[in-house]
Amino acid sequence: MIAVVNSGARRVPTWLVYALAVVPPVWLFYAGLTGGLGIDPVKAMEQQMGLLGLQLFIATLCITPLRRFAGINLIRFRRALGLITFFYILCHLLVWLVLDVQILSQIIADIYKRPYITVGMAAFVLMIPLAITSNNMSVRRMGAAAWNRLHWLTYPAVILGGVHYVMLVKGWQIQPLIYLGVILGLLALRQVPRRR
Amino acid sequence: MAQRWTNDLTWNDVTPEAAYLNRRQLMAGVAGLGLAAALPGAARAEADALEPNTWEEITQYNNYYEFGTRKEDPARYADSLITEDWEVVIDGMVDNPGTYKFDDILAKMTVEERIYRFRCVEAWSMVIPWNGFELADLLEMAGVQDGATHVAFQTANRPDQMPGLAYPVLDWPYVEGLRLDEAMHPLTIMATGIYGKPIPNQNGAPMRLVVPWKYGFKSIKSIVRISLVDKEPPTSWNKANGREYGFYSNVNPNVDHPRWSQATERVIGSGLFAKRKPTLMFNGYEEEVASLYEGMDLSKSY
Repeated sequence: MIAVVNSGARRVPTWLVYALAVVPPVWLFYAGLTGGLGIDPVKAMEQQMGLLGLQLFIATLCITPLRRFAGINLIRFRRALGLITFFYILCHLLVWLVLDVQILSQIIADIYKRPYITVGMAAFVLMIPLAITSNNMSVRRMGAAAWNRLHWLTYPAVILGGVHYVMLVKGWQIQPLIYLGVILGLLALRQVPRRR
Repeated sequence: MAQRWTNDLTWNDVTPEAAYLNRRQLMAGVAGLGLAAALPGAARAEADALEPNTWEEITQYNNYYEFGTRKEDPARYADSLITEDWEVVIDGMVDNPGTYKFDDILAKMTVEERIYRFRCVEAWSMVIPWNGFELADLLEMAGVQDGATHVAFQTANRPDQMPGLAYPVLDWPYVEGLRLDEAMHPLTIMATGIYGKPIPNQNGAPMRLVVPWKYGFKSIKSIVRISLVDKEPPTSWNKANGREYGFYSNVNPNVDHPRWSQATERVIGSGLFAKRKPTLMFNGYEEEVASLYEGMDLSKSY
């Protein structure tokens, strides 16, 4: 079974993953323009892009434990998933900037005055160096050790992303808490000591 | 004694719903061509201010957490609320306490149309043509006793009919409150209809409060209890997060909210690329209600 998954995955070209990733944001924008996103298309786009970004981020975090604990090797898709995560969060941010808040002074005030936006923005900023260095040339130039050290930023970034979701809803809602729980669980798996 | 207040938004200057859709398309087309600036200022201001939202927008985009926290949840699940034979307990400091049948209340009240701006604390807004009666008339029927200073309201608490009550998002049942002078103000109504039709469950059937100069969460839905009391009653969102939601919660673009800037609002139904609109003090009802708060520091009593 695992061997089937692994050999199947080897045959999927990574460009296909990138190509498929473009579909959701394009579809959302089209649906927003044509009335397919309900009464408040701006909020719908904003929330959908944010949620897709968080889901992709979680998927990216699953790659390492899947290989270690289940023997499923999807490591060749990890960079693609990470970059698509960044792309989705960038779309989420752009919808918020351009379609939702619109006003520059209000955007700046929001970033430092409203804690859930501060936290979300911090997560995005942490992701920028990760996206910039997600290529073979950067790994070669930096050396594997320094590159790994830099990419440790993934962990604070994803925690901040999960916390952003918990904070932005009103009251205590279950779904964001489940997302944060899954994130913390995936990080905890990395603390399981390796047997020699 | 109804008719204490006359709409500044009336059907005389508001076009019917169907015509509005056409005008909205027209306006969008004009804006798209970059000609909006060429229109006379007054015409544009009128188009901005007097556009009531459609029935669909008003009834499919709701915050009613008893039916779920997503905007589309209430429209999807509120059918399960049974509003037949609805009863309202009116108690506390009143001459005629008791359990009143909703139909009996309605028979005694004068239902008027009130086209109000509606501003949510989440910084979106609508214009809604309510039908309802003045709360003052209901309170007069109950006979408010001397010494009563506040009115407390409670929403139905029926877990078998309200799936959202299974989740501890708030401390159920939902409760709200007003100062007595706010409750007696002619702008304050009990809404029983929208666009001349009975109010749908997701909008707070059979009877919900509408206080147009306050953020939407003050306008408590599906009321089962009204109590006259002599101190400020607890209110649900204030209990959940007192720093974010004060007792008064008057619409105020100058008082910054920790979660949303209240300086501007997104007008629901204005499309993907619509500009935000500046929020008006007391949601545009400053002339009518500012005197209620004279001498108060509104940044402290938020």
